[in-house]
Amino acid sequence: MVDTRVVNSSVMERKAEVKNLDFYYGSAKALKSVSMVVWDRRVTALIGPSGCGKTTLLRCFNRMHDLYPGNRYDGEILLDGVNILEKQIDPIEVRMRVSMVFQRPNPFPKSIYENVAYGLRVQGITEKSSLDEKVEKALQGAALWNEAKDRLKEPAYNLSGGQQQRLCIARAIATEPNIVLFDEPTSALDPIATSSIEELMNELKEQVTILIVTHSMQQAARVSDYTAFMYLGEMVEFNETNLLFNKPADQKTQDYVSGRFG
Amino acid sequence: MAQAEFSQSNSQSDYLQQIRASVARRELISRLFGLLGLLVISIATLILIALVAQLFVQGLPRLNWKFFTSFPSSDFNEAGILSAWVGSLLVMLTTMFIAVPLGVAAGIYLEEYAPKNWLAALIEINVTNLAGVPSIVYGLLALGLFSTVLNLGESILTAGLTLALLILPIVIVTTREALRAIPSSLREAAYALGASRWQMIWDHILPYSSGSILTGIIIGLSRAIGETAPLITIGALTFIAFLPPSPIQSQFPFISFEWLTAPFTVLPIQMFNWVSRPQPEFQVNAAAAGVVLILLTLTLNAFAIYLRYRLRKGVKW
Amino acid sequence: MTAHPLKPSGKDLQFTQKKKARELKERVIEFILFLAAFSCVATTVAIMYLLISESVLFFQEVSLVEFLTSKDWSPLFDPPGYGILPLVSGTLTTTAVALSVALPMGLISAIYLSEFAAPSVREVVKPILELLAGIPTVVYGYFALLTVIPALQWLYLPIGPFLSNVLPNIFPTELAGFNMLGAGLVMGLMITPLISSISEDAMRSVPINLKEGSYATGATRLQTALKVVLPAAASGVIAAFILGVSRAVGETMIVAISAGLQPTFTFNPLESAATITAFIVQVSLGDLPHGTLEYQTIFAAGLVLVFVTLAFNVIGYFLTKRFRETY
Repeated sequence: MVDTRVVNSSVMERKAEVKNLDFYYGSAKALKSVSMVVWDRRVTALIGPSGCGKTTLLRCFNRMHDLYPGNRYDGEILLDGVNILEKQIDPIEVRMRVSMVFQRPNPFPKSIYENVAYGLRVQGITEKSSLDEKVEKALQGAALWNEAKDRLKEPAYNLSGGQQQRLCIARAIATEPNIVLFDEPTSALDPIATSSIEELMNELKEQVTILIVTHSMQQAARVSDYTAFMYLGEMVEFNETNLLFNKPADQKTQDYVSGRFG
Repeated sequence: MAQAEFSQSNSQSDYLQQIRASVARRELISRLFGLLGLLVISIATLILIALVAQLFVQGLPRLNWKFFTSFPSSDFNEAGILSAWVGSLLVMLTTMFIAVPLGVAAGIYLEEYAPKNWLAALIEINVTNLAGVPSIVYGLLALGLFSTVLNLGESILTAGLTLALLILPIVIVTTREALRAIPSSLREAAYALGASRWQMIWDHILPYSSGSILTGIIIGLSRAIGETAPLITIGALTFIAFLPPSPIQSQFPFISFEWLTAPFTVLPIQMFNWVSRPQPEFQVNAAAAGVVLILLTLTLNAFAIYLRYRLRKGVKW
Repeated sequence: MTAHPLKPSGKDLQFTQKKKARELKERVIEFILFLAAFSCVATTVAIMYLLISESVLFFQEVSLVEFLTSKDWSPLFDPPGYGILPLVSGTLTTTAVALSVALPMGLISAIYLSEFAAPSVREVVKPILELLAGIPTVVYGYFALLTVIPALQWLYLPIGPFLSNVLPNIFPTELAGFNMLGAGLVMGLMITPLISSISEDAMRSVPINLKEGSYATGATRLQTALKVVLPAAASGVIAAFILGVSRAVGETMIVAISAGLQPTFTFNPLESAATITAFIVQVSLGDLPHGTLEYQTIFAAGLVLVFVTLAFNVIGYFLTKRFRETY
């Protein structure tokens, strides 16, 4: 996929930046001095073998780790210049600005409409016409509107797996977030659903910044503009995708992308 | 040579026959045990059916409109269960009003909020412990605390408080299990959209688990309706020939809570009273009250079982 | 709650600084919920405090030695007797009769349901057992007094005179209208579902590979059940037994209606006697002015009851935890 927008770091904006981030699950150090940039309205992929910390890093961006006791951040993640890891910053406010799509589609046992509307209601939008308009916009953005527009009141569980994941994407973009985090979003889907989601991401990035964790190198190569390779909690290499895959600077990166280990 | 082979195969087949016989014997014993198990269950069920049937035969004919609308009386023909079933109804209302919010709130706290420290463990131990306390001890607690110290007397409110504490462990355990059944992926999805903990609980967890929680409440209710001992201890009188003041008044403010402080009786106590009388006619009355009680509790229990069955079929997380 | 500006950005995050109002609301809700949960601890404390404080008053008047060793319980007589042994013997005897019925029946049906029965049979039987457990105890009391005991009396009629000639101290000439045998048998029927379901849970949680290993050697279902499953589920079965005992000890209405209300020191189930629980009910039926010795006696009796059932419950709890933890 050729991105015709200017690929030039002096013109592009830094949407988010990770600075020397350590992360501890209790006493175990899961992220070691990780630093990277997330460019505005581009797709950035996090790849690496199991246990390398990519999902851990992803969940720092919306402070999901705060939900469980014993976790600790040490370092910074700047969102539009503001460090979201600071204790005074409310994680709930962070999550209203950074949304997430999970590995297995997890729509609520509610109607399609209510699934998409929930994030809006949480942010205080209650007026019906407002909700209607934003729900429609989100469903269109997730390429689900045509299939869903006559079934808005039906339970979300009636949808197929791929449709449910697109519903979760609609739910995530309804609130017009700054960044959408994707945690291996297609690992539970069949190849056709997978490619439709990948196409969707390509369209979405015009509007919103995307950070995606993926187990599949090929998927990273297909969808992302920038790729970060992690290993054992460290950021090994971060570069434009085609550079990282074709001319990796680090030997470990080279070994991983050539399949020497996985 | 052939001789030796012949004798060898002979003992081989003997040996095989022995094994087959042993297996057959053990299989037979096993099957007999299976029959025994079925027999035991059938006998228990049959005994119970016989007992219940005998109760119905004695009591059912006695059930008529007059029986439901008369007060107890020393004349067994005039006696009825009016004050008893009204009392049971009002006591159950009070019990539910206290036990449901208290129990569901406690269940939510233990399942969603409590950190894993000694305090949470202490609370959990207490819940388990309270489930095993004999019901009459709750009566003693009520007598000593609610009746005298808090000066609530021998009233419907005292009864409601007592029974609420009695069924509290049931409500708490059911609530916790219902909450536990909801997968964490749904909770994370709600959090990820910026919901606070209480919003997640109120908007998602409670609606999704309400069916299961309701099942537990119904079981608790069925248990409370049949409770006798704690209410006797409080001083629920066995001979009440009047009704508590009506909750609905014709003047402002139209709703009265005076009935909460009134003396009362309940169905099981009425039955107990009649069973204890020597005259056989009162025993017929007791049987009739028993029929009403059984119909009530069995209907509630059956409804709860049915609800649970439907819920299990319905929701697929 | 104020609506957010469209496309809230990261920049305005620094101005939100942990929305104070939301924090406060969440904290208040959490505290209210905590109070609800803590009510259980408060209840236990209240029960113990009440029982102990009234019993202390009781033991200021009555000697502990007499309480624990005398066989004369007659608090309303003159001179009054305060030995709790007759009530204890009544409780123990009815419990023993009940468990001698409930344990074999419960265990056999548990083994059957767990190892033999087809799933369809289980689907039918388990709700029936649950319904059994849902019948109010006062109705069971009616069964005991008006059906079971008359039946026992009828059965005893032909053999009574003969037996009472042989062993006059044990066998009465005819069976009394209140006796511990009838009460105990019905109590046993009531407790059977409890023992059955806890034992069955324990047996079902035995890992299937243990059972399969046994079947693979050619064992029958019965052999597997008795030699593999039962020993593995032993702590669960013992827990069931103990919880059944605790339930029987605490049972009130069945014994109050059919076992008798005269405290008698005897272990003979053919006689009538009062249990601790029946005594408390009997006294409560009368007038109970607060502060009198009679008032305090029921709390002393209640304290004994709580100690006994607490001990059993604690043991049963740890055993249940153990059988759940091992797997």
